[in-house]
Amino acid sequence: MINELSALEVRNKIASGELTAQAAAQASLSAITQSDQHLHAYNAVFADRAMEKAQTIDQSKAAGKPQGLLAGVPIAIKDNLCTTFGATTCSSKMLQNFHSPYDATVVKKLEQAGAVILGKTNLDEFAMGSSTENSAFGPTRNPWNTRCVPGGSSGGSAAATAARLCAASLGSDTGGSIRQPASLCGIVGLKPTYGLVSRYGLVAFASSLDQIGPMTRTVEDAALLLQVIAGHDPLDSTSWPEPVPDYLSDLDKPLQGVRIGLPAEFSGAGIEPEVSGAVAKAVEFYRSQGATVVPVNLPHTKYGIAAYYVIAPAEASSNLSRYDGVHYGHRTARPENLFDLYAASRAEGFGPEVQRRIMLGTYALSSGYYDAYYLRALRVRQLIKQDFDRAFEKCDFIACPTSPTVAFELGAKSGDPLQMYLCDVFTVTCNIAGIPGMNIPCGFSQAGLPIGLQILGPTFSEQRMLRLARMYEKNHDWHTRKPSPPQA
Amino acid sequence: MSTTAAEPQYKVLIGMEIHVQLATKSKMFTGAANGFGGEPNSQVDPVILGLPGVLPVVNKRAVEMAMMVGLALNCQIASQTKWDRKSYYYPDLPKNYQISQYDQPLCGPGSIELPLSDGSTKTVRIRRAHLEEDAGKLLHEAGMTDSLVDLNRAGTPLLEIVTEPDLSSPEEARLFGEELRRICRYLGVSHGIMQQGHMRFEPNINLHIYHNGKTVKTAITEVKNLNSFRSVERACGYEIQRQLTEFFANPEAAVSQGKSTRGWDDDKGMTLLQREKEEAHDYRYFPDPDLVPLHVDSGWVNDIRSGVVELPIARRKRYQEKLGLTAKEAFSLTEEREVADLFDRAAALGAPARRLTNLFLGPAAKMANEAASAEAATVLISDLPVTDKQYAKLAELIESGGISATSAVTVFEYLVKNLDADPAEAARTLGLVQVRDQSQTEAWVMQALTGNPQAVSDYKNNPKKKQASLGFLRGAVMKASQGKADPKLVGEILEARLNALAADGA
Repeated sequence: MINELSALEVRNKIASGELTAQAAAQASLSAITQSDQHLHAYNAVFADRAMEKAQTIDQSKAAGKPQGLLAGVPIAIKDNLCTTFGATTCSSKMLQNFHSPYDATVVKKLEQAGAVILGKTNLDEFAMGSSTENSAFGPTRNPWNTRCVPGGSSGGSAAATAARLCAASLGSDTGGSIRQPASLCGIVGLKPTYGLVSRYGLVAFASSLDQIGPMTRTVEDAALLLQVIAGHDPLDSTSWPEPVPDYLSDLDKPLQGVRIGLPAEFSGAGIEPEVSGAVAKAVEFYRSQGATVVPVNLPHTKYGIAAYYVIAPAEASSNLSRYDGVHYGHRTARPENLFDLYAASRAEGFGPEVQRRIMLGTYALSSGYYDAYYLRALRVRQLIKQDFDRAFEKCDFIACPTSPTVAFELGAKSGDPLQMYLCDVFTVTCNIAGIPGMNIPCGFSQAGLPIGLQILGPTFSEQRMLRLARMYEKNHDWHTRKPSPPQA
Repeated sequence: MSTTAAEPQYKVLIGMEIHVQLATKSKMFTGAANGFGGEPNSQVDPVILGLPGVLPVVNKRAVEMAMMVGLALNCQIASQTKWDRKSYYYPDLPKNYQISQYDQPLCGPGSIELPLSDGSTKTVRIRRAHLEEDAGKLLHEAGMTDSLVDLNRAGTPLLEIVTEPDLSSPEEARLFGEELRRICRYLGVSHGIMQQGHMRFEPNINLHIYHNGKTVKTAITEVKNLNSFRSVERACGYEIQRQLTEFFANPEAAVSQGKSTRGWDDDKGMTLLQREKEEAHDYRYFPDPDLVPLHVDSGWVNDIRSGVVELPIARRKRYQEKLGLTAKEAFSLTEEREVADLFDRAAALGAPARRLTNLFLGPAAKMANEAASAEAATVLISDLPVTDKQYAKLAELIESGGISATSAVTVFEYLVKNLDADPAEAARTLGLVQVRDQSQTEAWVMQALTGNPQAVSDYKNNPKKKQASLGFLRGAVMKASQGKADPKLVGEILEARLNALAADGA
């Protein structure tokens, strides 16, 4: 069954001649045709283009040319990454018909590595949300239970990867948008250190927090995709100028004497017992493998959500001001004057959550409120960074739940923004501090919904973090479980 | 100055904000070509268009050019500077925010000694200078209900220079603008073509009026977007009169109103209050998260400093003090850096400064002026095909008496028309080598005297006309010699002959 293969397996089988890129692409496309009507993981599928790309890979291989790291691997990408093919919608009416004249740096890197891009996946509008219900094109459903949300904002990528509608995918993570849907869909999701992956061509939500990362079914695949997309980009001033380490070569070597920190602040009220139980078992596993488990303190965690919902909307209010109906994107039909053109185009083009965050952010940056909100949030940001710096003096990695709950039903939280914001309670501080974080599947609830373990590490610790995750994966089989094909 | 019966006592305070477009190859935050013009929206890329997902990257050369201007204005260069977003909605600003520098400008306080028309100088303090990106332009074409947007100018690096209110008259405001333009042109950071908007001026004007024993300050007005020196001077002059008139019409009202923004109508010669925005401006400045703070180490500043050429103010001073030129001569020679550089190179070859100055401001200036045409509106002296070596040789030739100053004009014209000609050879070819033969000069003198009996008679009989007729006759001798006679020898012989005639009686 081709769709069961990991990205690495697909690549290796194509390399060895057991499989063709065209067969791999065809298998994914057939699965999409069969299942995506029930999931709505994809906003757009580029079947013809994908088959042409796959053919090119097969021909190039037949001609004996050297092949890239992802040669022939069918990949899905979040629909907030700019592509010269198809629209780049951000699941917003505002950009429904926007066609980018350039490709995001990660898209170029994927294709240079031989990846076959199948399509673009659904998200909460402009990546603002934790359930993918905020998409202007309708929600994505969780493959494990289609009454449930897949998490968000990279819910489409998570669902497509979990449901075997691609070998692997890319998401973006501003406050948990890779890790939380990965947790809710039972896959691996890695948010790299801020600056490791170029943001050029990622439609900005909150520039100081956004990172692109892999969403895969295995830790190996996360390492493989990160290997391809990481690295300095002269088009992104915030990208890290150092060379990228080799994430794959030592991946199977277990970490010796690793110290795992358990933050007191990441436990207790609000966490479902099944979640804390599964996470505790995962920590026990590491102890059994020789890890030392140490208590750590992240005292400013409790301000994380508050600081995040000032900083992220502030940056968003500025980043999204370009969508004004003048140059591109949705324009209102009959504006009476310039102000009306702006106001009506934006009121019609943006959904309620995006509008809410623009208003929050505009307020936080306004004269007279800037010091009380934005500046204070930046000070909290410093304190949260210091918390992590101190914690990482005592431990090598931090383990905690990714999400306090398993996947919830559609509509359960969409009426209450604050409840929805609390979905990110364990994930936002990682973005605020700029450190890497990843989700790996660590169990299932009684109801059969996935539970995720979050690993947080110091900046640029991805190489060791992946090894730590791989230790767990080698001894567990959660990642091999597969949701039954969705039905209406 | 006054419009009231009693002469009002007041002081004028003018501070200037100047936007200078930097002549970099690419734009401020992206690789798109700088240098707008051409087809609308042809000098753009995704970053200029503010498309989703694009990111700015700082143009290092623009930072260096800004540092050069900062150093020329004796500003402190910040060791760390950052970038901020200034938010406002307008169709010529695709992102609806402008990347600028809010509270950490690249260049901090500085000052220049501005030469004034009376020969004195005035200290003008610079408050700050910072980098930002220019906006595009809106085009309103006749007969069209829609406006068109041209983004060719968008993203052009802009240096905004802000002075303290140290300028005390419209003329000083103009002189400051002109000096700043010269500085920018010397540094090669701007072409300074005013018609193309390379520099835009916004004077802030108010008055301190001594009224009823107190000093009263009028409300500050800012005149937006002036793009000629003449309009700077006129707008400032108009504003002073307007503020005076309004003050004496209603002293309370003229003082209590806040700062206002006015536009300049060049045809009507007056400023007009600009419509105030419905809501108060709140630019919501915050640090641009897409850019990292810029660290400027002293090594970098020193590298840039070493590239700052001798500026016009210093050069004029040197020409006057070291070379003995007049203020006017020094000013003319330093107006354009290329001309001053050519002058300095010729002088460095040992040419006497006086002869060189006369050549530059005499025949060279004249020929450059005449060479200007429809295609080349301005032709500089340095554009003429005469090299520093040729200037130096020609000046030497005059100094040594090899040719007369009059002949030098002809030789110079010959040099312009005959590339790489040697001045001495040219003088020989033209037959202009000065003749210092006694008998030949006597013959030319006699020819002049016999040909001009009236002048000879005036010299002898009319004391009022004595000097004038001597000069006339001297010219007649030079003419008879076709410029070849040695003026000194001519003078001696001519006076001797005339005095002899006078002594003879008539």
